[in-house]
Amino acid sequence: MTAATGYAPRRTLPLRVEIVRQFKRRRTLVMFGLLLALPWILVIAFQFGPQSNSNGQAALRISDLATAGGLNFAAFALSVSANFLLVVAVALFCGDTVASEASWSSLRYLLAAPVPRDRLLRQKLVVALGYSAAAVICLPLMALLAGTLAFGWHDIQVPGTGETIAALDVLPRFGIVIAYAMVSQLVTAALAFLISTLTDSPLGAVGGAVGLWIVSTILQAVEALGSLREFLPTFWNTAWLDAIAPEMDFSGMIKGASVSVTYAAILIAVAFRRFRRKDVVS
Amino acid sequence: MKRVAALVAVLALAGAVTWLVWPSAPPSRGVDQRIVVIDGPADNQRVGLDTTFFPPAGGGKAPAVLLAHGFGGSKESVRQQAAQLAQDGYAVLTWSARGFGRSSGEIALNSADYEVKDVKQLIDWLATRPEVRLDAAGDPRVGIAGGSYGGAIALMTAAYDTRVDAIVPQITWADLADSLFPDASGQGPANGVFKRMWAGYFFGRGAPVQSQGLQGLGSLSQQPAPLTAEQVRCGRFTPAVCDMYQQVARTGRATPEAIALLGKSSPVAVAGRIKAPTLLIQGQRDSLFPLAQADANAKAIAAAGTPVSLAWFDGGHDGGNGEVDWLYEQTADWFGHYLKEDGSPVAKPFTVTRDGGRDPGTRQRIRLHPESGAYPGLGGTATTTITLNGPEQNVANPPGGSPAAISTVPGVNGLLGGGGGGATNLSVGLDMPGQAATFESAPLTAPLQLTGSSSVRLRVYGEGQVTLFAKLYDVADTAQPPSLPAGLVAPLRVTIPEGAGSVDATVTLPTVDFAFAAGHRVRLAVSTTDMAYATPTEPASYRIGLASPALTVPTVAALEAPATGIDWWVWAMPLASIVVAGVILATGRKPSRRRPGPLRRLTAREESAVRESVPAGEEARTGATVRAGHATVQDDRIALGEVSTPDDLSTLGEMSALNDLAALDGLDSPREAEVMDIGAAPAGRRNGRAAGSDPDTAPAADDVLPLEIAGLTKAYRNGELAVDDLSFRVERGQVLGLLGPNGAGKTTTMRMMMGLIQPDAGEVRIFGDQVTPGAPVLSRLGSFVEGPGFLPHLSGRDNIELYWAATGRPMEDARFEEALEIAGLGKALERAVRTYSQGMRQRLAIAQAMLGLPDLLVLDEPTNGLDPPQIREMREVLKRYARDGRTVIVSSHLLAEVEQTCSHVVVMHRGRLVSAGPVSVLLSGAAANGHGPRLEDVFIDLIGQTP
Repeated sequence: MTAATGYAPRRTLPLRVEIVRQFKRRRTLVMFGLLLALPWILVIAFQFGPQSNSNGQAALRISDLATAGGLNFAAFALSVSANFLLVVAVALFCGDTVASEASWSSLRYLLAAPVPRDRLLRQKLVVALGYSAAAVICLPLMALLAGTLAFGWHDIQVPGTGETIAALDVLPRFGIVIAYAMVSQLVTAALAFLISTLTDSPLGAVGGAVGLWIVSTILQAVEALGSLREFLPTFWNTAWLDAIAPEMDFSGMIKGASVSVTYAAILIAVAFRRFRRKDVVS
Repeated sequence: MKRVAALVAVLALAGAVTWLVWPSAPPSRGVDQRIVVIDGPADNQRVGLDTTFFPPAGGGKAPAVLLAHGFGGSKESVRQQAAQLAQDGYAVLTWSARGFGRSSGEIALNSADYEVKDVKQLIDWLATRPEVRLDAAGDPRVGIAGGSYGGAIALMTAAYDTRVDAIVPQITWADLADSLFPDASGQGPANGVFKRMWAGYFFGRGAPVQSQGLQGLGSLSQQPAPLTAEQVRCGRFTPAVCDMYQQVARTGRATPEAIALLGKSSPVAVAGRIKAPTLLIQGQRDSLFPLAQADANAKAIAAAGTPVSLAWFDGGHDGGNGEVDWLYEQTADWFGHYLKEDGSPVAKPFTVTRDGGRDPGTRQRIRLHPESGAYPGLGGTATTTITLNGPEQNVANPPGGSPAAISTVPGVNGLLGGGGGGATNLSVGLDMPGQAATFESAPLTAPLQLTGSSSVRLRVYGEGQVTLFAKLYDVADTAQPPSLPAGLVAPLRVTIPEGAGSVDATVTLPTVDFAFAAGHRVRLAVSTTDMAYATPTEPASYRIGLASPALTVPTVAALEAPATGIDWWVWAMPLASIVVAGVILATGRKPSRRRPGPLRRLTAREESAVRESVPAGEEARTGATVRAGHATVQDDRIALGEVSTPDDLSTLGEMSALNDLAALDGLDSPREAEVMDIGAAPAGRRNGRAAGSDPDTAPAADDVLPLEIAGLTKAYRNGELAVDDLSFRVERGQVLGLLGPNGAGKTTTMRMMMGLIQPDAGEVRIFGDQVTPGAPVLSRLGSFVEGPGFLPHLSGRDNIELYWAATGRPMEDARFEEALEIAGLGKALERAVRTYSQGMRQRLAIAQAMLGLPDLLVLDEPTNGLDPPQIREMREVLKRYARDGRTVIVSSHLLAEVEQTCSHVVVMHRGRLVSAGPVSVLLSGAAANGHGPRLEDVFIDLIGQTP
């Protein structure tokens, strides 16, 4: 092997480098800014919105309980964002990563550096997943902070039944909620990543992943599909609500994680295989 | 053509819509028929029954099912279910019971003398039908199903007619007197408390029919026809029933005559005669016919040895989910097993519907159906004792019995569709202050699943008869109000003996299946009023305490929901997918070489063409460089300086070109001289380089060519060849110009050099190593192909530094300063690249290509976008670069530029090599042909296009 001095495939494209390359992007900063600002916007909305006077009945929806305390507020913020905002964020970080390099033409120089293709994908995937995880984590954490400052630190009131769970008991559960939210977004991440390796258009990759996500959500509403719907990647998306129920129930989250991991593993494998053989013409 | 396509599309759409809209099979329409029956105690009353017969969908002889409707309904209420059963292969007969719908006669409340006789004659009628399977002459294979009023007729008929083979009575009564006059202290209906609202509600539903055939809201807008005095008094009830109701509703007490009359309509007395296997389905939310009624029926039927199963479902007269599909499934299975004998699984003796929480996917409530192999009765298989605390408390009965506590409002829950939103059997009770004594347990340490009737001993102080309502609340210490399981109360009437001052009574609390969560408390409330019941109007006050603090709670351990475990796919699917992923990756592992050797083999014609075109001496010389295993490559390989012609010169179409090239042939010596010249360079270069540089970076031996391309072929997706069997070599120290018109395949070749594109055949070797995607030898290649590629949001310096960091090589090897000097960007280096001009980007990209001073530099159109001084500077940079013993390959359109910069050229046209050799040789050859010594002329000559 006649490689240049000091060249070792294992040292190419270190994670640190890729993190810096992605971090300074306006897209990244705007998305994080949005995720961090959203809880405050919600707080303001709750402060200025007309006070609900139906304190007794039917006030047990997750949105009605949002002002009951920081934990409730964080759960509410997660519930309103998990279905779309976080999906977009994850799709952005994972769908943009390879396609944007292709559109900037910097991909070919990286590959000719040479960064071995598998390694390039691996490093990019790790960093993209890292940013996605940061997005999924930072929203509820900021919501917790904003909610606690605005509404105080109280025990959580369970939506639906109105039962309360002690705040300290619920904190580890909140960890589970966030972990599950991340796992359930794996499908989006993997799908966006796959499309990213197939196209030169970053927005195409993000839009494609979000679009398929929407299709899955629509299919989920088709009752006629029966138990087939359990295998839709979006079906178990809200299963994390079970973690803040009085009785923790993991069955839904386990199923959701199973479906998510299944799709993600195959999609990512296909992404690697396709990229390995691909003629880079961008 | 377009029209045909449009027509096909329209037809396809129409077909799809038809397929979607078309019913899967035409539903059985049913045949309406009026069947005249004779009934009454003396068998002398003629009644015309309005019936509909649904023949079985499959044809042939099928078992029959009689579907009975509920109180206030008619045969139309069960039409849908009947059609479904007919679809499932039963002959179904529905009828409006006497006094309902369009049937004549009066309502006798499923009396053995009236309705039962009617149904027996319907069975006679079924026996005559050709569609109905017979067990014996006049004995059809028949089952009866129905809810409430229809459930009771199923039980009554099965008791009086042994021809009935299976029944599925739902939400019905065992003892009508006991249902309407319950007494939780166990002293029978004579002592019971009148269920005023339910009784009134149902008597109202037996009202005269205002306008035949109109149902629901439509009848409200009709002008009612004038009614007779008797009609308004009794509606369509028989006079006996009417009189009985008039009396009990006034007094609120059951007379012996009333009990006797209701007894004639009660299955419990005759249930022992039932031989037909019975599936009793009773609603958990039913304050009219509570679960205890089904318990009485089940015990009576089982006592005779008849198979009986009991299911407590989420529904009943007070609403609940209704579980329509599940009920149908159970019914169909029961009939399938006992009528069709098709081996359908049969319901276990005891099934309870329980709340399974929310489905994690849909967030809809799901229901579990735990089963038990034996019916435990209302006492459970075991009991738990809960200690209640509370002092004796004074309570008052308000004058006129108002305001009254609210537990369930008959008819309202049903009207509102039943508590669909809440958990299965949650309900909120409302006690009036001062009317209820409460006794509470400590918070439960463990969850408690109550299945059956709890019991408690009360002590009541006061005098005379005391009417009380006992209920068990689930109290959570939250904002949530206490919940009253299923909204059920246990009414009781105790009589305090003269002078005793108090009496003890054992109270059987309502039968429920309910889970008390840990931490919740159990509360017993004993109130003096309940809106649904007739209560004394006289004001009175009592004192109520616990005779014993023990509340006995029945549990059924066998019903503990079966541990469903995790579905197999939950663990199997990810594992399988990981295996699949592994296979996907493993099979894609070695994509770079599809075949070990060069693919392109010359056809015989091509080979002969080569032989013809290449002079004999030439062939001998190239033959000398043949290496084992690469014969075909080597045959085709063209070394620079030996300027040779490719195989097919006819494409050039100009023999003069051939002559020119042939003339160039003997020019070995200049090339060799030049190589020698360059070969002397490395020593000097090495001196110039930083100490400690690995000698490995410098070409190790002279025989290792910086670039060697052999038989390189690449086809576009449409099959057209972008690069066609290209072969050439580049030696150290050369500045090679790659020339060719647009589409000649220059860029594609360069991309293959960089490992970005996989050749379809042939190979590229850099310093002896074959180029594959990411081959380590590419680290010795610096490239700039098809424009710059920078991250627009980063500054020029960041871009360059991060690029170098991405190569993973040591920072000190990068030679940033030297490279950036070439770029000459000055302060602009700190600005974001998106603000750069085209030329700035171009220079930065060339600087990036030169980072680390690669041994082979490949530049595609490097002078694009540069101004003349910069072009000149670039020219000098490249010449100097090659002078240091490195090799530079430049593609360009600017022939003058190439002429001044390059030592050698390779000319490509349509993917093929047209000519290769030192610039000087090419020029001199052209000059020999009479043209001016300009590369441009040579070039145009070579590609066969006249200007």
